[in-house]
Order: sequence, then C-alpha cells, then structure tokens
Amino acid sequence: MTFQTILFYLLAALILSATGLAVTRRNLVHAAVYLVMSFFGSALLFYLLGAPLLAALEVIIYAGAIMVLFLFIIMMLGGEALTEKFHPRRQWLPAAGMAALFAAVGILTVLHEPAASTPLQPAVATPARFGHYLFKHHWLAIEIVSLLLLVALIGALLIARRVGRPKGPQAEEPA
Amino acid sequence: MIVPYSHVFLLAGLLFLMGACCAVARHNLIMILLGFEIMLNAGAIAFVGAALRWQTIEGQVFALFVLAVAAAEVSIGLALIVCIYRRTGTVTPDRFD
Repeated sequence: MTFQTILFYLLAALILSATGLAVTRRNLVHAAVYLVMSFFGSALLFYLLGAPLLAALEVIIYAGAIMVLFLFIIMMLGGEALTEKFHPRRQWLPAAGMAALFAAVGILTVLHEPAASTPLQPAVATPARFGHYLFKHHWLAIEIVSLLLLVALIGALLIARRVGRPKGPQAEEPA
Repeated sequence: MIVPYSHVFLLAGLLFLMGACCAVARHNLIMILLGFEIMLNAGAIAFVGAALRWQTIEGQVFALFVLAVAAAEVSIGLALIVCIYRRTGTVTPDRFD
C-alpha cells in the first residue's frame, strides 16, 4: 500500500462524507458550504489522478464560481429559500429503496469485473501537453463549448430581463 | 501504483447516486440544482479515472467539457429559479399553483 493509495482512500472518504452531509442539511447555506468542501476534495483527487490543470479548473469553476453563485442566489432569495421542509417519509422511502438497489447492483457489477482490478499506473498530463492535445484534436468542440457559454450568458440575461418588463408597464398604467 | 480503476468508478457511482437522491427527494429548487451539480462532478471524476486507466488524455478533455456544460447549466438554472421566485414568490415546486 503506497502513500498515493492511502491518499486516495482518505480523499474518497472526505468527498463522500462531505457530499452526504450536504444533501441532508436542512439549511441551504450549510449544504452549499459542505459542497464546497466536497469539490475541493474532488480537485485534490484530480491532482492525484494526474490532471493538474483540471484540478485548478475545478477549484476555480466549481468551488469558486458555481458555488459562490449558489450562495449569492440563496442569500438573495432569503427567507423560504434558506431552510426547507423535507418530504413525508412515504414519498422519499421509495427513492431511497431504489437508490440502495442501484448501489448494490453497481457495487456487485464493478467488483466482479475481472479487468477492473488492474491497478492504475501513475501518470501526469502537464497543462502544456493537455492544451496542445485539446487545441489540436478538439478545436471544433472548444468552439461549440464557447458558443454554448455565450448562449447561456445571453439566455440568463434574457430570462432576467423578461421578468422586469411586464411589471414595468403594469405599474405605470394606473398612474 | 494507485488503486484499481473499479474503486475510482465506484466512488463516482456513489457520488452520482447521492446527487440523484438529492435531486429526487429534496423539496427546494436550489437543492435540486445542487443535485445536478453533484451528478456532473461524479461524471467528471469517472472520466479522469478512465483517462488514467487507459493512459490517454481523451478522458481529461471530456472532463473539461463536463465542467463547461456544468457552468452553462447552473447559470441558466439559477436565472430560471430567480424568474420563478419573482413570479410565484416561492421556490418549492409543490406550491406553484
């Protein structure tokens, strides 16, 4: 058992416990902060698995941008958005039962796959190599993704604008 | 030597399961969106593990695209939640009518 193996299991335990705490918290701010911890753990896992650039991007995009956006919206809505009541038991018990079944089948399938037990060989893809490969073989996908981000930006702007517009004339008409 | 790939895959599967449970069983639109984020992150972990297993950089490239899609999805999703909150005054799906 090498140092990296111990590190992997420690990180796996950290990620699973932080995510488990996040999905069961009633207070949404606590859930978001636990999820930030989980994403930091994922970033360390990416580094361990030989993807330093993805580790940095995970911290910047997931733990940074996305979770801060979530916290911002939770704070902005406030009140009812901060805490929630859980469903009654008869509603989430079937979901939990199906999840347990899925987990059992998944664990059995993965552990009985003979080819899956070969240990991973450590390797590191340096950011330079990663970038060269990305722009050499996947330049079209990069363009499509950039277009997707642009569409998401315009869409978010449009959705936020349309709400304000119907309220404006209605408020002015009675006056 | 690190761990067998099956353990990485199992970790990703359990994370995905937690995200799916969060998206199905929670009562709040924001928590449902958080569940989707957890599921996408689990997919990225499976891709990076597979990249190491087959010693090819392709898996990491796809993990990068998963990250970009997650960023686009969350911006649209949160804009929709704010829009819904302004129209109905609630973020609980049961109380929309």
